[in-house]
Amino acid sequence: MAAITTAPGTYDEVDPNTSYLENNKGLMGWLFTLDHKRIGVMYLISVLMAFALGGIFALLLRAELFTKGQTLIDAETYNRAFSLHGVVMIFLFLIPAIPAALGNIILPIQLGAKDVAFPKLNLLSLYIYVFGACFAVYSMIHGGVDTGWTFYTPYSSSDPAHGGVGTSSSVIPMTLSVLIMGFSSVLTGVNFIATIHKMRAPGLTWRRLSLFAWSLYATAIIQILATPVLAITFLLLTMERFLGLGIFDPRLGGDPVLYQHFFWFYSHPAVYIMIVPGMGIVSDLIATFSRREPFGYMAIAMSSIALALLGFLVWGHHLFVAGMSEYATMVFSALTFLVAIPSGVKVFNWIATLYKGSISLQSPMLWALSFIFLFTIGGLTGLFLGMLAVDVHLHDTYFVVAHFHYVMVGGTVMGFLGGLHYWWPKFTGKLYNESWAIAGWLFVFLGFNVTFLVQFVLGSRGMPRRSYDYLPQYEFLHQISTVGSWILGFGFLLLGAMFVRSLLNGRPAPRNPWGSAALEWMTPTPPPPYNFVSDPVITRGQYDYHLATDDELYEGFDDPLLSHKSRKGGVDEGKEDA
Amino acid sequence: MSTATATEHASGDGRARPKWLLHHFDTPAQQFGTARLGMWLFLAQEVLFFGALFVIYSVFRASYPEMFKAASQQLDKIMGTTNTVVLIFSSLTAALAVNAAQKGKRHATSLYLLVTIACACVFLAIKFFEYQHKFDAGLLPGPAFKPIDEHLVKGLDLKSNSGSFFALYFMMTGLHALHVVVGIVVFIWILIRNLRGNFSKEYFTAVDITALYWHFVDLVWIFLFPLFYLI
Repeated sequence: MAAITTAPGTYDEVDPNTSYLENNKGLMGWLFTLDHKRIGVMYLISVLMAFALGGIFALLLRAELFTKGQTLIDAETYNRAFSLHGVVMIFLFLIPAIPAALGNIILPIQLGAKDVAFPKLNLLSLYIYVFGACFAVYSMIHGGVDTGWTFYTPYSSSDPAHGGVGTSSSVIPMTLSVLIMGFSSVLTGVNFIATIHKMRAPGLTWRRLSLFAWSLYATAIIQILATPVLAITFLLLTMERFLGLGIFDPRLGGDPVLYQHFFWFYSHPAVYIMIVPGMGIVSDLIATFSRREPFGYMAIAMSSIALALLGFLVWGHHLFVAGMSEYATMVFSALTFLVAIPSGVKVFNWIATLYKGSISLQSPMLWALSFIFLFTIGGLTGLFLGMLAVDVHLHDTYFVVAHFHYVMVGGTVMGFLGGLHYWWPKFTGKLYNESWAIAGWLFVFLGFNVTFLVQFVLGSRGMPRRSYDYLPQYEFLHQISTVGSWILGFGFLLLGAMFVRSLLNGRPAPRNPWGSAALEWMTPTPPPPYNFVSDPVITRGQYDYHLATDDELYEGFDDPLLSHKSRKGGVDEGKEDA
Repeated sequence: MSTATATEHASGDGRARPKWLLHHFDTPAQQFGTARLGMWLFLAQEVLFFGALFVIYSVFRASYPEMFKAASQQLDKIMGTTNTVVLIFSSLTAALAVNAAQKGKRHATSLYLLVTIACACVFLAIKFFEYQHKFDAGLLPGPAFKPIDEHLVKGLDLKSNSGSFFALYFMMTGLHALHVVVGIVVFIWILIRNLRGNFSKEYFTAVDITALYWHFVDLVWIFLFPLFYLI
């Protein structure tokens, strides 16, 4: 290949004893790499920057709400801050965070593949994401948007510059940004399905696939089938604002509810783009830190697929009060309840896996357990909102805000952080300080609950979301929530410092620091450019602890970790010779 | 999970790796199958992309049936039909190009690719004249809709809200035309690679999947044509 992109060289040219970090050093070796691990790391850096930006907007919002009336910023700025918080967190962070960053790094290794199916498309998807993010930044420099992340028409599509009555904020660059990043998401989805179908190592049957891989497969289905609908919706919105097409603006003969249908046809499945890969990570974590095969492996795998498919049938529950046929609302409400089934299958299977497992409460496991706890709260409160009569009261209140933060932060972010802690030693080759990690987890977990638990109360008492000001009786609960956001922010700072310290002077990680039986821990740390020293042949499942040899689980095992109290009663104590 | 098993590398079965076999694949069959699967997945998202537009078309048609009927009379059926024939013919030549490539007939492949590209250009040229007429006649989307009587086809009364029809007409045929342009660019690239001798009986993946894409573009038009011009 004479192209500027750099593949690691042919298989025979690469020294399997160098890691992917040492191969093709230099900036160009990174910027034009075709190595999925490097692309994943670059994605990871990008999404973490987006997360920090979105977090700053969140802290600003909470600070403003600390007192009634104006505290810090004016109402106009507040509108822009909550819109940008939503746009950045959802489109720049949550959607690519797990599949494009962690999935890219880990999926091919879990499949025993040398790379993803289309390495050039993979690199292209990263650059499309960055290009899209540039549009978002451009929009923010020009004042951002004040429409909320949902861009509801006609407010978003009716430009006062062309005689409209909507917002004058910088909508077009922002919708184009989301449109462009959508392409990147589709490319990742295409790549992952093709990779899982075609790149599995000999012996890695579908029943031996990791649950993370299953969840990425389900996610990819949604990315491929839902994202194009958002693309066309935002293209129409952009053209409507630009030319006055008359598709969504009632003044021009359009239908604003049609916009909401199209928007949620993507954005509800998008919730599953965010949460399903998190569930996959949690399934892997629970297996590793319980030292046993997941209970109901196939049920967990299929529930991911079921969530992906059911996710397409429930968008109408966002429109219960928007003016939809009441028969349609009944159907959507009933279908919404169905989502609880695969979600429940997962939660019960995880708990059954923990039961009589040999649990070690190391930092990744803490995130996984938090996921189960918080996601269950988020999921169950979702059922309140799926009920027609209750939704009329709770719609557009803080109850909704609390609900989806329990799913998105309590679910996706916990899963993301769990995966980051779990695989960090594998792809950086460095260990991190476990005490700092636990302290960071404690602050995040407490801070999160303090911030959002009170918002359920606020919402059920009628506090409307996206409001700049509020009645005096809400002030105390808002203050609790804001203090919670500070604890949460501090927790994230602590975790950031911990990871930076690990990069700077962390101890080298052993091959398999957690004693996992999964395939990605069978290869050197950090992995060689082609992931394995030689082509792997798979002779057992990812979770077959009863078939894994002691060498596979404990070779090069780090002494301090081995003496960790929770490991007592593990798989095979006779092996310990420390 | 015997990573320690010293399995041979892909090239270890005694045969040299062909130059076109990418670094991360083991066998040509794996590479070909992966590329085809990737294109089918991409086409799946294309179906949803255009599918959303077809849904919007249905909603508007159901709401304003008379307006749609009258506005569609303003489209040129002869040009539309010609374009349909041209595009279906180009799909045939694209399929013949794949067939020729599979048999290793380089010159025939080039010829069929050229005809395909030419047909695509003819399609765009006809589309250009159609658009030009719509612009002259003031048949434009939304508020720009200001019909000029002398350019109109007589017959049914054009409703004042026909801007929505032309909004959909321009969005749907425009996005389709954009796909045709992309097809032309990719076919030119394939043609150059074919002239360079990159393809053979063993390796014709790019020709194959580009033709697959082209058939999809053709298929979209086969839906657009009756919806806008005929019914």
